[in-house]
Amino acid sequence: MDLLIGIFITPFAEMIGLPDLFFQALWDGFVSGTLYGLIALGFVLIFKASGVFNFAQPILVVLAALALISFYKMGVPAWISVVLVLIMFYALAWLIERLILRKLVNTDGNILFMSTVALSFIIIGAAQWIFGGRPSSMIHKELGIPTGSFEWPMFGGGVYFDLLDISAAVVAVILIVCLGLFFSRTKIGRGLRAVADDHQAALSVGISLNQIWVIVWFVAGVVALVTGIFWGARSDVSFALQIIGFKALPVLIIGGFTSVPGAIVGGLMIGIGEKIFEIYWGPLLGSGVEGWFAYFIALGFLLFKPQGLFGDKIIERV
Amino acid sequence: MKKTIISAFVAISTLITTVGMSFGDLLVPVMTYRVGPFAANGTQNANGFVDYLTMLNERDGGIGGVKIKVEECETGYKAEKGVECYESYRGKNPLVHTPNSTGITLQILAKAPEDKTPILTMGYGLSAAAKGETFPWAFNYPTSYFSQMTSILKYIDSQTGLKDQKIGFIFLESGYGREPIPVLEQLAPKFGFEYFLLPVAGKDAQNQSSHWLTVRKEKPDWMIMWGWGVMNPTAVKAAIKSRYPLDRFVGNWWSAGDVDLGPIGEAGKGYKGATFNATGTDFPAVQDVIKHVVSKGLTKTGSEGPGTVLYNRAMWNAALIAEAIKTAQDITGKKEITGEDMRIGLENFVLDEARLKELGFAGMVAPIVGSCKDHEGAGAAFIQQWDGSKWVKITDAIDPMKDIAQEMLTKAAAQYASNNAGWTTQTCN
Repeated sequence: MDLLIGIFITPFAEMIGLPDLFFQALWDGFVSGTLYGLIALGFVLIFKASGVFNFAQPILVVLAALALISFYKMGVPAWISVVLVLIMFYALAWLIERLILRKLVNTDGNILFMSTVALSFIIIGAAQWIFGGRPSSMIHKELGIPTGSFEWPMFGGGVYFDLLDISAAVVAVILIVCLGLFFSRTKIGRGLRAVADDHQAALSVGISLNQIWVIVWFVAGVVALVTGIFWGARSDVSFALQIIGFKALPVLIIGGFTSVPGAIVGGLMIGIGEKIFEIYWGPLLGSGVEGWFAYFIALGFLLFKPQGLFGDKIIERV
Repeated sequence: MKKTIISAFVAISTLITTVGMSFGDLLVPVMTYRVGPFAANGTQNANGFVDYLTMLNERDGGIGGVKIKVEECETGYKAEKGVECYESYRGKNPLVHTPNSTGITLQILAKAPEDKTPILTMGYGLSAAAKGETFPWAFNYPTSYFSQMTSILKYIDSQTGLKDQKIGFIFLESGYGREPIPVLEQLAPKFGFEYFLLPVAGKDAQNQSSHWLTVRKEKPDWMIMWGWGVMNPTAVKAAIKSRYPLDRFVGNWWSAGDVDLGPIGEAGKGYKGATFNATGTDFPAVQDVIKHVVSKGLTKTGSEGPGTVLYNRAMWNAALIAEAIKTAQDITGKKEITGEDMRIGLENFVLDEARLKELGFAGMVAPIVGSCKDHEGAGAAFIQQWDGSKWVKITDAIDPMKDIAQEMLTKAAAQYASNNAGWTTQTCN
């Protein structure tokens, strides 16, 4: 009986009793969700272009954030540092295409996946050699991103809004919308889908595979930079940031590996869902629910809707 | 002819390698993690430890005229890597193992009696290892997690009293984080306080908003943290964001380093932490490391390392090992000692005020004496507070609740021994 009350009555009574906390959880979940969506977007872009899960995406987030801070510490103004990081990512995308992807055209997806695993460890080693292991503070204030917070009083309590969180949510939504439009309305976007479906067929109709790959890896780098700035500002910038990158995996399963809107919807579902579940139902399960909640939902999707909410349904003719 | 030259080369190389490994050096391996999510803290730990022993080589020519060979083995703070590191030293006569992780300690603890190499887990590891009669090969000088938790609770008691207080315990979901929970379980009914647990999985260390929403819901009077790595600054930032009063938030000694609060700066003002070593570069031992190691470029740290919480603590860890080596040399009359000799050294060293002054540690740490029965030592901790730019000591040493801690340690040790059939114990006079 106590269990039933704990599941069906207590959580809702707490939501009604402390509505400000409930709204705070919704807001925090929304912010986390958009940031998860942003991380997932980096994976989606590479997956759309090559049909492979880019294991190196989380370390790109760390690399972008550390490079940005390092340029700034060298005396380069903050926004010029951003430009330098973008140039660096373009060069990296070109190198990856030249040294790895070009050699692996039309090979098995597992080989491409393993190449991203190798790439990830090469970047980790190189970044630790260059930047060291000491954590740094993100330069978000120097970039003009507002900090501080305000309280919105409600129901005798209040909801706290961090300006950094608001900025993160706004930038994430703008970036996602822009990328969604770019890849759905432009020639490059259509080329991207063709490349993902079949490398050889895409080449035969004149699509430049090399150019597409460089563009996509560069855009994934841009997404990594934005992700690194906002996640780095919320905690600090260290190699531990890469762990958060893998939070995108359940988001991708829910939203679909090939869908830009899916990344944001999946992110929001996970972000809001895990907060609400942890606070109101977590105590029944000994807390720490947030650690596995996302994967539990993802498993449900794998069982009943494996292509995710917005993913392409794969039909193979016999 | 060619074959003969190659064979001779191989033979000489093998001989040199074998001689280098087995004789002429005091091999002190140390498990470090300069990579991975805990690298920021692990790097400070590694640097302080290695630099102090390097300083002894540079300044004194080693210990008792024998050079120390410090060998790092990277674990990434992963238990399985730690076991690999441990295995890699079999047959090389390591004097002592320093796992730098409670998870790794738990994995290798049972191997120590078999390999006759002691394990020193300074202020971490299995709390029950404090009972020397049950754990002849494990040491956790100068204090255990059980004792530390009782010291923190004593501090809270001195501030607001413990009765009717609600305490939130946020911890890294691991062997390390769970270690002091039995103390809360036992003391809550005894002192009339209430507590709730907030485990943080390693992968959520940078994403604690749910945990701090729960804190807001539960409205605890005090928060205690057993965190590590990036979990620490994230928790403090989340506490600030949720308007939790930082002067009611106390971290353990692995949750209160410069590396944790430095990036937060002024906003972290008020946060408290336990510790058993002072910070700063004024101590002669730190000055010697700067002079003989850092300024000569024989280190992996920058000038910002020496003097910080974790760097000084790791130096103290290395100094305790060095003192045990010297004690073992004195007792056995041998210069090149073994792990078995080292165990004797760890039970017989005397680091009193006079000896600490001689070593340049006076004022940085409390005196401690090795013992057969008590592998924990004094057990005291003091509380420090972040003033916006540095840690400031705000209490004198707070002794643990010895009667309670000792009773729990004895029980836990007996439990461990009964769970491990044939466990090697010893009798102390």
